[in-house]
Amino acid sequence: MAERLIEVKGLKVQFATEDGIVRAVDGVDFQLSRGEVLGIVGESGSGKSVTAMTLLGLTRDRNTDFEGEVLYKGRNVLAMNEDELQDVRGNEMSMIFQDPMTSLNPVYTIGAQISEAIQVHERADKTTARRRAIDLLKQVGIPNADDRVDNYPHEFSGGMRQRAMIAMALACNPDVLIADEPTTALDVTIQAQIIELIDRLKDEFNSAVILITHDLGVVAEIADEIIVMYAGRVVERASTRDLFYDPQMPYTWGLLGSIPRLDRPKQDRLHSIKGTPPSLIRAPRGCKFRPRCPHAFDKCMEEPMLENRVETPGHLDRCWLSVAEKRQLREKTLSGEEAAA
Amino acid sequence: MSAANGGDPLLDVRSVKTYFPIRKGLLQRVVGHVHAVDDVTLSVQEGETLGLVGESGCGKSTLGRTIVRLLEPTEGAVIFEGRDISKLGTRKLRPLRREMQMVFQDPYASLNPRKRVGSIIGTPLKIHGVDKGERRQRVQELLETVGLSPEHYNRFPHEFSGGQRQRIGVARALALRPKLIVADEPVSALDVSIQSQMLNLLDDLQKELSLTYIFIAHDLGVVRHVSNRIAVMYLGKLVELSPAEELYQRPIMPYTEALLSAVPIPDPDLSKERERIVLQGDVPSPINPPSGCRFHPRCRYMTDICKEVEPPLTHYGKGHYAACHHPLNVDKETLARATVSDRYTPAAADEGVKPEEPGKGKASPIPDSG
Repeated sequence: MAERLIEVKGLKVQFATEDGIVRAVDGVDFQLSRGEVLGIVGESGSGKSVTAMTLLGLTRDRNTDFEGEVLYKGRNVLAMNEDELQDVRGNEMSMIFQDPMTSLNPVYTIGAQISEAIQVHERADKTTARRRAIDLLKQVGIPNADDRVDNYPHEFSGGMRQRAMIAMALACNPDVLIADEPTTALDVTIQAQIIELIDRLKDEFNSAVILITHDLGVVAEIADEIIVMYAGRVVERASTRDLFYDPQMPYTWGLLGSIPRLDRPKQDRLHSIKGTPPSLIRAPRGCKFRPRCPHAFDKCMEEPMLENRVETPGHLDRCWLSVAEKRQLREKTLSGEEAAA
Repeated sequence: MSAANGGDPLLDVRSVKTYFPIRKGLLQRVVGHVHAVDDVTLSVQEGETLGLVGESGCGKSTLGRTIVRLLEPTEGAVIFEGRDISKLGTRKLRPLRREMQMVFQDPYASLNPRKRVGSIIGTPLKIHGVDKGERRQRVQELLETVGLSPEHYNRFPHEFSGGQRQRIGVARALALRPKLIVADEPVSALDVSIQSQMLNLLDDLQKELSLTYIFIAHDLGVVRHVSNRIAVMYLGKLVELSPAEELYQRPIMPYTEALLSAVPIPDPDLSKERERIVLQGDVPSPINPPSGCRFHPRCRYMTDICKEVEPPLTHYGKGHYAACHHPLNVDKETLARATVSDRYTPAAADEGVKPEEPGKGKASPIPDSG
């Protein structure tokens, strides 16, 4: 079996704010091994980005409380001091953010920003770092990398900036690459390029990838396992095939049904999940998805645990409906026939 | 969505060019032009939805803005309800502003953070002389129409989520009961679940208020869902125009084929099975667009003729137009009939490069995946 890189156990992240305690992440568990791609899917505010940032210790603050463990190769990231963290960040785990324009510094050249990462972590001299930066830019498919290395971010297109971000993230051969909505700001054509690139680089660098997105279509192709998050919790976790072909959680059905599908005849109406995600300060009682769930019943006032309820081991979900009921009820939603008001 | 009916089109765009001058130096001399929209002709029937697709920088937003006259076209005519509006001044334009409105992409940037919702939606009414009492009532009606609550009247934009803000944007566009709405990437910034709510809302409003939409987006999946007809733009040019289902079944232009194959399919097996046509590189600069067919540097069917001769927009029957020397999915008969002028006939469609339905068939491999 491949080397286990990350193990998250019962992770909770809470922010104290003026309005009350925001339970941004409320019980998340997962594992990630070398060579794997894990997809984290959910709407805005479901806690997927906070989870990812916590892996790198980026959510630390005096108003933040953590519970649980984030083990990176057996060491608890939550318990590390800043120096130890600094060594893990970039070097062993690195992150690609959604908006490449705001995450690149506009007053430094692309080359300078990539070399900086190399110099900080590997104590390489300037020329070596620059040479590495050019190599990396070539690897991520930037044409004329030798000249382009001296360009400023505004001289790059959106797709090229995202490639530069990826080059920077890969600068120190990290074991884990965390990509937070890496393609949301991009055109579909460029999105296809970037996803292909991440998939290829994962093999070349022999690393593991966590891909965060709100669009299940994006992860269908490259993820091995997917976790679906809702209101700070994991509501379903399964291998990619199981999640798409045997989804157990009504929320997952809703996400799948909401996508206009090119591979199917055009529907009259799209399925939509009614309402909006709940407040993380005062979450609803029982199942967090209950107020928006068309199939909710009495028992849903009590919160279901994340458990294996189907025949396939490792496929977990939080829903009280019986497996038979689920398989019957979901058909309408998945085919997009049933349109919520 | 209601089908297009015959008769005079609501909107007629004739050979519109919108160029932006590039100025340099002390004297701000014009040293070149950005050819944002370069000779586009199309028409929109009342009650229909025209989808406008293409990558960033293809000129789709500029065309949208030129149509509602937020920009003045450099050349050509925009005819709205039989009247050329391309050269009208501000004063003469004002009554027309009631008829055509715009919904913008970014729900965060397009609403003034210091104004209350009531004032944001009420401003168009105020400008057009609706008195205060009536205004309030009308705004509250509008809030209900777009699925918000009338109590939201006194709130600020930051109190709303992205999807709700986009609803406010739609309510503002509807305030003056326009005939035409140009929606510029109205759902691109939203989560998929909220996106589908928004698409359904736009659909309902069209039926209720008999609106005509121009729907701009880069995602062909979304566009197919809402549109009656789809126009594909590349580097300022209209490269394909077709009824929606037809475009999806039989894309003629290789660029359209590539756009279709880039849409992710939420089905792992299908998604692995189909071969993606991943376009290499970015859209070239619209300052010095490539010669001949503008798509040729990224096209996998490119031959010498594509570098030299610009293919004109050709009618292949059933309202399906495309500009390509090597049309895909066209049989010999159609090809023989398809002529744009006496002089031009597209080069024979290459045998064996007929992709099947996107997502199902295996397209030919990419020649140079660099």
